[in-house]
Amino acid sequence: MTLAPKFKQGDPVQVCARDVAHHRRTPSYVQGRRGYIERFCGAFANPELLAQGRDGLPLINLYRVRFEQAELWTTAEVDAGDDSVDVEIYEHWLRQCDEPF
Amino acid sequence: MNHSDHPPHDHSSHDHQPPPDEGRQLSDVQYLEIALRELLIEKGVINADEIRAGVEALDAVTPAQGARVVARAWCDDQFRQRLLADGSKACIELGIDIRPTRLVVVENTDNWHNVIVCTLCSCYPRLLLGLPPDWYKSREYRSRVVREPRKVLAEFGTQLPAGVSLRVHDSTADMRYLVLPRRPANSEHLDEEQLAALVTRDSMIGVTLVQTSLVRTQAIPD
Repeated sequence: MTLAPKFKQGDPVQVCARDVAHHRRTPSYVQGRRGYIERFCGAFANPELLAQGRDGLPLINLYRVRFEQAELWTTAEVDAGDDSVDVEIYEHWLRQCDEPF
Repeated sequence: MNHSDHPPHDHSSHDHQPPPDEGRQLSDVQYLEIALRELLIEKGVINADEIRAGVEALDAVTPAQGARVVARAWCDDQFRQRLLADGSKACIELGIDIRPTRLVVVENTDNWHNVIVCTLCSCYPRLLLGLPPDWYKSREYRSRVVREPRKVLAEFGTQLPAGVSLRVHDSTADMRYLVLPRRPANSEHLDEEQLAALVTRDSMIGVTLVQTSLVRTQAIPD
């Protein structure tokens, strides 16, 4: 069974920062960073469980989250303008931001 | 060859083993692959010819697959819209079934340019573009293109026009990406097949643009 998606397109979110030793698909450069939901991608087997030889269930919701370059890097390129990075992130790594930004 | 044609040599100095291939230092992962493969064969789960055929099938996919998809999108706006809505489903119309890959097609426009990376490993739309180039898998590309994408593109010879914003897509999980490049100027007279011939692998990754006049490298003489 899959839970209904917690976020919708445009929702501001923040990526959790977790120091975990096991396999995960959340790159460190987005941890703690804020972005917004670009789209909901569907529900997929949990890669953190699959990597342990388990079945990856329950399925978890996956989103594409858009981050502005300036949010990710203090050294963002001077001509970055509206440049952004879209990253796929599973729901259990995301939390709602109280304030839009 | 008759041995008497040879100058005499000292047989005690070497043992007629073939010389090792260059750079043949196996990594841990390569040892793991060999061990797993040999075990699977030994236990009769799969045989060597099935493995060979699998490798052959992977090698047989070329970027021409992706180029057909791009050219169709340029020629048929309805198809383009279906492709942007659901990439994997639209490809089936061209006889290219890439399921279970979930393909997201990102379109370059007057205002936006897209480029693809997998910062965590080397995720790539293999069923459309074949095996990724070595640079795509390099740590340098993977770490730099999210941080300084304009500089990386410039090193590929790509200068984005003023006013074009850049969007990097990091394939961290279950989606795979294909860039739909802009149709080049002055290509109105070309048919779908001629257009497909212009579409390069790198333009579908997004590190370059599609041009009507390709710079061809000279054939290397035998």
